[in-house]
Amino acid sequence: MTTVLGLTLPRLVRRDHASVSMMVIAPFAALALAAFCNLLLYAGLGINPLIVFKAMLIDPFTSYFSFSEILLKAGPLLLIAQGLAIGFRAKVFNIGAEGQFVLGAIFASAIPVYAPQASGLWIWPSMLVMGMFGGLLWAAITAFWRARLNANEILVSLMLSFVAIQILNYLLLGPWKDPMGFNFPQSVMFQYDALLPILLPGTRVNVSLVLALVLAGAAWLFTQRSFAGYRLEVGGLAPNAARYAGFSQNRAVWLSLLIGGCAAGLAGAAEVAGPVGQLQRSISTGYGYAAIIVAYLGGLHPIGIVFSAFLMATLYIGGDNAMVSAGLPIAAVYVFQGSLLLAYLILSTFVRNRLEWPDKAPAVSEVGRQ
Amino acid sequence: MTTPLLSLRGVSKSYGPVHANSGVDLDVAPGAIHAILGENGAGKSTLMKLIYGVESPDAGEILWDGAPVQIASPAAARRLGIGMVFQHFSLFETLTVVENVSLVVPGTKQELTERIMLFGREFGLEVDPLAHVHTLSVGERQRVEIIRCLLADPKLLILDEPTSVLPPQSAQKLFETLRRLAGRGVSILFISHKLEEIRSICSHATILRSGKVTGNVTPKDFDTHELAKMMIGRDMPAFARPKEMEQGASCLEIAGLTLETDDPFAVSLRDISLRVREGEILGIAGVSGNGQSELAAAISGETPLPRSMRDSIAMMGRNVSLLGAAGRRKLGFAFVPEDRLGQGAVPELSLVKNGLLTAHARGLKQGGLVRYGRARAFAKDCINAFDVRTPGPDAEAGALSGGNLQKFIVGREIMLEPKLLFLNQPTWGVDVGAASAIRKRLIELRNSGCAVLVISEEIEELFELADHIQVLNEGRLSERLKTSETRPEDIGRYMIESAEAAE
Amino acid sequence: MNAIEFILSGMLAAATPFLLAALGELVAERSGVLNLGVEGTMAFGAALGFIVVYNGGGHVLGFVAASLGGVLLSLLFAFVTLGLRANQVATGLAIGILGLGLSAFYGKPYESFTVSGIGKIAVPGLSDIPVVGGLFAQDIVVWLALGTTVVLWYVLAHTKLGLLLRAVGENPKAANSIGYPVVLIRLGAVAFGGAMAGIAGAYASTIYTPLWADGMIAGRGWIAVALVVFGTWMVGRVFWGACLFGAVSLGGIAAQTAGLSVPSQLLTSLPYLVTIIVLGVISSNRTLLKINGVPSLGEPFEK
Repeated sequence: MTTVLGLTLPRLVRRDHASVSMMVIAPFAALALAAFCNLLLYAGLGINPLIVFKAMLIDPFTSYFSFSEILLKAGPLLLIAQGLAIGFRAKVFNIGAEGQFVLGAIFASAIPVYAPQASGLWIWPSMLVMGMFGGLLWAAITAFWRARLNANEILVSLMLSFVAIQILNYLLLGPWKDPMGFNFPQSVMFQYDALLPILLPGTRVNVSLVLALVLAGAAWLFTQRSFAGYRLEVGGLAPNAARYAGFSQNRAVWLSLLIGGCAAGLAGAAEVAGPVGQLQRSISTGYGYAAIIVAYLGGLHPIGIVFSAFLMATLYIGGDNAMVSAGLPIAAVYVFQGSLLLAYLILSTFVRNRLEWPDKAPAVSEVGRQ
Repeated sequence: MTTPLLSLRGVSKSYGPVHANSGVDLDVAPGAIHAILGENGAGKSTLMKLIYGVESPDAGEILWDGAPVQIASPAAARRLGIGMVFQHFSLFETLTVVENVSLVVPGTKQELTERIMLFGREFGLEVDPLAHVHTLSVGERQRVEIIRCLLADPKLLILDEPTSVLPPQSAQKLFETLRRLAGRGVSILFISHKLEEIRSICSHATILRSGKVTGNVTPKDFDTHELAKMMIGRDMPAFARPKEMEQGASCLEIAGLTLETDDPFAVSLRDISLRVREGEILGIAGVSGNGQSELAAAISGETPLPRSMRDSIAMMGRNVSLLGAAGRRKLGFAFVPEDRLGQGAVPELSLVKNGLLTAHARGLKQGGLVRYGRARAFAKDCINAFDVRTPGPDAEAGALSGGNLQKFIVGREIMLEPKLLFLNQPTWGVDVGAASAIRKRLIELRNSGCAVLVISEEIEELFELADHIQVLNEGRLSERLKTSETRPEDIGRYMIESAEAAE
Repeated sequence: MNAIEFILSGMLAAATPFLLAALGELVAERSGVLNLGVEGTMAFGAALGFIVVYNGGGHVLGFVAASLGGVLLSLLFAFVTLGLRANQVATGLAIGILGLGLSAFYGKPYESFTVSGIGKIAVPGLSDIPVVGGLFAQDIVVWLALGTTVVLWYVLAHTKLGLLLRAVGENPKAANSIGYPVVLIRLGAVAFGGAMAGIAGAYASTIYTPLWADGMIAGRGWIAVALVVFGTWMVGRVFWGACLFGAVSLGGIAAQTAGLSVPSQLLTSLPYLVTIIVLGVISSNRTLLKINGVPSLGEPFEK
């Protein structure tokens, strides 16, 4: 029992069983907690929190177009987060998805940049494949550093993200700059066949959303049913048990990072071949970092991630709305993201723990109540 | 009668639904060597934590010199004059002896160094004050712990299972020290489940069973059989030495295995040789920290061997030196590790998924996917066949008691129908009932022709199980001794052989 | 001024943000807590410091505000990781994102504004030596940072407090069982780390480059975390590592002034590439990390 300033603090007691209801409640409660704190923050700036609330969480659903924009934003978040979550479950912390995303965009752009006149149905699928390859290659550096050199993958993957941005800058200011682009740091506009087919007419939602949902299904199969996914899970929960059972740690590192890199690269390719239509500096808008939050908020579970990706996409679109209607700085979205993750981490503690007040000892036996 | 130094009246402590102590009364007289006797899980450690202020009681009161006290923290306990020597030492390996002492006892380094040497000579607790703890043997570490307590000039010294880490001869030396301390008026609370030693040095014994006091006796007045009955509530499980078996082909052969480590916290293995055959149980005795973990990891394949050792280990007649853990398992090797939670089982996963950990090759997966129906059936069979007390296969491993989880892990490995089963400390921290059930299974397995290798700290256990015993000491393995022609004292001699040579 | 003189005279000032943040993180990690929120904490401190200085509060008040901001974020981190025992990696990332967001949020009205820096204090005599003289003319914060380094080295290596910090990081269970309040000690270490990160940020935004730009910390907090690994948790080595990064970050400018035709993007990437390479070299020496490392690093402590 701990007493601070005369107040008796409750003790955190481990549950015998993870609480399923808490698992479901935690993300919603986290959203409520984060929304509350952030609205207070806006009120402190003299911005009417109710207007912000309406602009952020209600307006996005009031028109077909803005709803379609949510779907558009959700695609890359969903793709990247599914890939990252597989690694996070295995305690391989790839936080350099942003860099893998950028490399995916660069690799995919190579086709229309070098063959701007080419036409045919092969182009956009090849761009997606190139994108996956680019992301995979970038993640492979981190994997090598971790598996062979024992280096911390968090730091290496993040440093590589900074480097990736510089590569993008170099290409856009130098060899890949559009000669007709008034000296703007951007590539040529891609030809029609280098763009992903539109899924919902009248919107920018393209086939990559279907791809993302299909891959979410694949991620479910992998994490929940496959033996390889089980091996990663064991490695993440108890590395000594994985070693004991003969599951290779290096293999887990490679697999986690390659899956994460592949997914992020695919998302990057889908971004340049989708809504952007060319390679620009602004493709790096922090999807790779936001996806970390999406992964955690979804409980690192493929189905949860589908929901959290849509939630995060809503926040992006809603943040844009609030910028216009309430004069909210765009940074508010990042503050919201950070506090949302923090709130989730606070609340998800209670999935495996509960509070026990010292004066209220549990009289009921928990045995046989399964 | 004089006022007891320490009295407990109706002390209770629960962890959730588990009543670790209920209504415990205890009186410790000044200058007494007082035993707390009980089997694993009887609540001895919890009681000590309450006395030492690590935990607070839910109910009851503690009296010190006749006056009620609240012992809120170990620091408060030390202020009263209570010192404790932990079973798993609370020493810091990267610090020196004197640095460790200085974290508890005030004084300059110079003063403390001198006092450590002085106490060492006076009580037979010699140790180099400037040595780093990780370079010390287990026995020396225990001396550091005791000195650290003594320097605070305690009136009551608590020792939690102190002899479990000592060879028999060193235990005698420790008893000598304790008697000298008691002679100076220091009370000693001696926690143990070893009946012989309690009879030899303790003037009183309080017996605990399932958290309750079941007896207050003078141990010399009872024989070990009677004490055991008080401790576990029934007769000790009878055991008959298994009859000799015809021994078959060699299943494990280690020849000249040397593993140098550059890790200062690990022990190098030197020239290890052994052989286990079908229908034989080979026991490896020795005090923990003499290379057991390193040897276990080398045999299980968790530590990859260097190329220079490429001919050192053979299993089932095949050279497996460069084969990993998974490859060795495919040959019919199974292993029960020392660490149940986190190595032998994943605490956060269900028993179904924990069964899968090593049993996946037994048709529990197909085309890369896990067949969860079969995995569940496997876990259920294991629970039933090995009498694992649990609500069902979906219970998380971490929620099981030590004994039940150990039965599950041993059961899982036996159900793999291994040709060679290797167990590291199979009954450590397991209650008497589960321990004897596990031992019975191992003998059955041997009788059915399996080769069994057991590493254990408990000499009694090896005498019960093993056909042959070898002793591991400072990374070296003794010659092979036939159990039926060996006495425990002989094993003890091997345990301290080189330690004596060094002194 | 040639390139070598340029680097020598500017190296310590460039190293100071790395050094201060890394020393703070070193203390937190020594106690067993891995706080990956350094980048965000630095950014938050940088914004607070800049706002106070810009609004006429002066540098002293600016640094106080920055350190308090750093403490605030690190206490939030401590509440989640030490109080609720949540995953330290994820919580650190959350604090990092939050700190970056808050710095951009509050710094928005100040984008591209400048403040005046502070003057240099030269060691008489020594600063007149040719070539190396520049080393001895530094602003007060650099001198204080050097002083802090020495004091911290002494505290960690020669005092009971340092011993205690190492003990808690090595074996929190044992430290608890001999009666030390593990959570409280870790809380203190984390708060110290937060204060140092906040100060490091304020130095970067109000003295080193006295200009506010969103994202100005640019990975320096992450490099500070890497520096703790490079320095294998030892103060002296962390200091030399910070100097190396100070020099590397000036190398780009030096190369450009020297007229080398290297793409500027490569020069900007240099600190990140050096981090990656040095991490690989140091980490592959597993024994070194094991001997000097902190065994309980990143693991929640439960009684």
